[in-house]
Amino acid sequence: MSADIEADPALGAPARTGTTTLAKALNLGLRAAMEAEPKVLIMGEDVGKLGGVFRITDGLQKDFGEDRVIDTPLAESGIVGTAIGLALRGYRPVCEIQFDGFIFPAYDQIVTQLAKMAYRSQGSVRLPVVIRVPFGGGIGAVEHHSESPEAYFAHTPGLRVVSCSNPADAYWMVQQAIASDDPVLFFEPKRRYYEKGELDTSATPDPLHAARVVRSGAHVTVAAYGPMVKVALQAADAAAEEGKSLEVIDLRSLSPIDFAVLQASVLKTGRLVTVHEAPVFLGLGSEIAARITENCFYALEAPVLRVGGFSIPYPASRLEEEYLPDLDRLMDTVDRSLAF
Amino acid sequence: MTDTVVGAGRNRLDGGPELVQLLTPEGERVEHAEYSPYAGHLDADRLRGFYRDLVLVRRVDAEATALQRQGELGIWASLLGQEAAQIGSGRATRPQDYVFPTYREHGVAWTRDVDPVTLLGLFRGVNQGGWDPTKNNFQLYTIVIGSQTLHATGYAMGVQRDGAVGTGDPDRDTAVIAYFGDGASSQGDVNEAFVFASVFNAPVVFFCQNNQWAISEPNERQTRIPLYQRARGFGFPGVRVDGNDVLAVYAVTTAALDRARAGQGPTLVEAFTYRMGAHTTTDDPTRYRIAAEVEEWKLKDPIARLKAHLSRSGMADADFFSRVESDSDELAAHVRHACQTMPDPEPAAMFDHVYAEPHPLLDAERQWFVDYHDSFATDDGSDQR
Repeated sequence: MSADIEADPALGAPARTGTTTLAKALNLGLRAAMEAEPKVLIMGEDVGKLGGVFRITDGLQKDFGEDRVIDTPLAESGIVGTAIGLALRGYRPVCEIQFDGFIFPAYDQIVTQLAKMAYRSQGSVRLPVVIRVPFGGGIGAVEHHSESPEAYFAHTPGLRVVSCSNPADAYWMVQQAIASDDPVLFFEPKRRYYEKGELDTSATPDPLHAARVVRSGAHVTVAAYGPMVKVALQAADAAAEEGKSLEVIDLRSLSPIDFAVLQASVLKTGRLVTVHEAPVFLGLGSEIAARITENCFYALEAPVLRVGGFSIPYPASRLEEEYLPDLDRLMDTVDRSLAF
Repeated sequence: MTDTVVGAGRNRLDGGPELVQLLTPEGERVEHAEYSPYAGHLDADRLRGFYRDLVLVRRVDAEATALQRQGELGIWASLLGQEAAQIGSGRATRPQDYVFPTYREHGVAWTRDVDPVTLLGLFRGVNQGGWDPTKNNFQLYTIVIGSQTLHATGYAMGVQRDGAVGTGDPDRDTAVIAYFGDGASSQGDVNEAFVFASVFNAPVVFFCQNNQWAISEPNERQTRIPLYQRARGFGFPGVRVDGNDVLAVYAVTTAALDRARAGQGPTLVEAFTYRMGAHTTTDDPTRYRIAAEVEEWKLKDPIARLKAHLSRSGMADADFFSRVESDSDELAAHVRHACQTMPDPEPAAMFDHVYAEPHPLLDAERQWFVDYHDSFATDDGSDQR
């Protein structure tokens, strides 16, 4: 068994291989980005001394100081709006929005300013701002703490939107997002924060916007991202026991979407099921279904099917297991696809 | 219910006893213990320069309004009446300072050496602003009300991190100035900007041109206290200046920018002025305000009072005034010609600059668009549609 990076005192040292949680991998990724580029700043509510409510920024203020890890006033529009100003001055701010449902006070700044400034300036201004958002449900939280608002941002030209599903991607993708000269919405699957996975900090990462086939299969393609990748992999295991072979794709990037990987898979399997926690109606799965239907029409053996949340506000937590797509709902839809 | 509110916008004519003024509407120089020293070094040359600025920006503004009426601009937001607030504050900035305007700061743009023609693209519809803000440290016009106050505050936080505050080096120490209006003072972003600037002691001056009207809504729909007094609640000083007095605006803004550059934090300047024209060329102010109010404010005109002062004090003669008139006609002709000959953008250019880095969806859509257009082309290069 490989070493536990969390317990290793030589944090931040190059080329470490081991297991770590997604939360710690993000922390290591942020640390690496801050060490590599002095213009990288972290800003948000409670990100300093506390290290964030999920401890993603743990220890960073102690090591990089209060000027680079900024505990901001409790005002999300203010966080993003001042991040834009800092970026105009040449900084690369990484904002933390404490929970998905709290991004909406900043929605105006993100959509009307952050997304449009490069365009407005005809390319003379770049805003390399990253907005990290812990998203999704499954943690038994109160209202506004379990939402999946990614489609709002994927629908907005000028923004890039990505979501990591495992520690290695978390480590690399957060650094790639920070290195991007475009604004990036970075969605973190909060219910996977403390799940462990392999991380090799000397590896060569995939490009930020590349999808990845995480399980090869022959009968049905399942496209997932963020917290649902694990569910899709569980479905692939369960299906295998029944003699069905699922190909699982981790989209990783939600804008742009890597359609080349999706189409190659669908041309092979002839069937596609998408899954996300966000409501199905006008969700990412809908766009994927439309494009795959158009581009792979003659290869499809069944309509593209979508699994996701219902068209209701995120329900009270005692009901969230009924709301969230799970192994059974995904398997049921895979069976529907195979029955066509 | 008894209304005990005093001050506020109840009287849109009188700025109240705390209004800082160095030049009366009649053109008389008056002294102010705190702010006179900031105008003390302004010699006849500088004052004539201010006058020229005021006349030229008013002339450009009138030309742009005419261009809109003739269909050359889609819309225009006139600064008529606010020239002194803009020239006085803009002339107080230094080259290294950074300006965050709304969409009405044509006079401030002038003080930053931005060619007025540059501003027209947005109003003509050939771009969304399009200038490089780093060239003159004059940020793009911001249309969502109040958003830029947060950008200014963030920029000022960056200035702090660069160590460009409080060094005592006049060429290094940098301040940021954020323009906004009385309507914007109600926006959450403006109030958040006040909080951020205050707690981080950011080197930013919040310059509110209170022109009494947010389209059709008078001041009393935005506030129950004079706006400059709001600063106190956020923990920094606020001052109300006669916005039609270019000397007082210059002095008060210089003091505020000096404070910021010295590391003493933000200031709110409320320039008490009046929007003499419509909100924009699409607006009809006769529906919501009385002509008598406009007539009262005509008596406070920023250009007339400086002209009276210059004439009476012998700092300028008839030759000077006629030279300025002909300069302004020349500038207006330049603006008119440049506007009328401003080319439309190439259609495919609408796909440019959405992202800094390649984006496959956008690239595919651009290619489709180009191919689609090419499909109409004939052998002789004409378009078949």
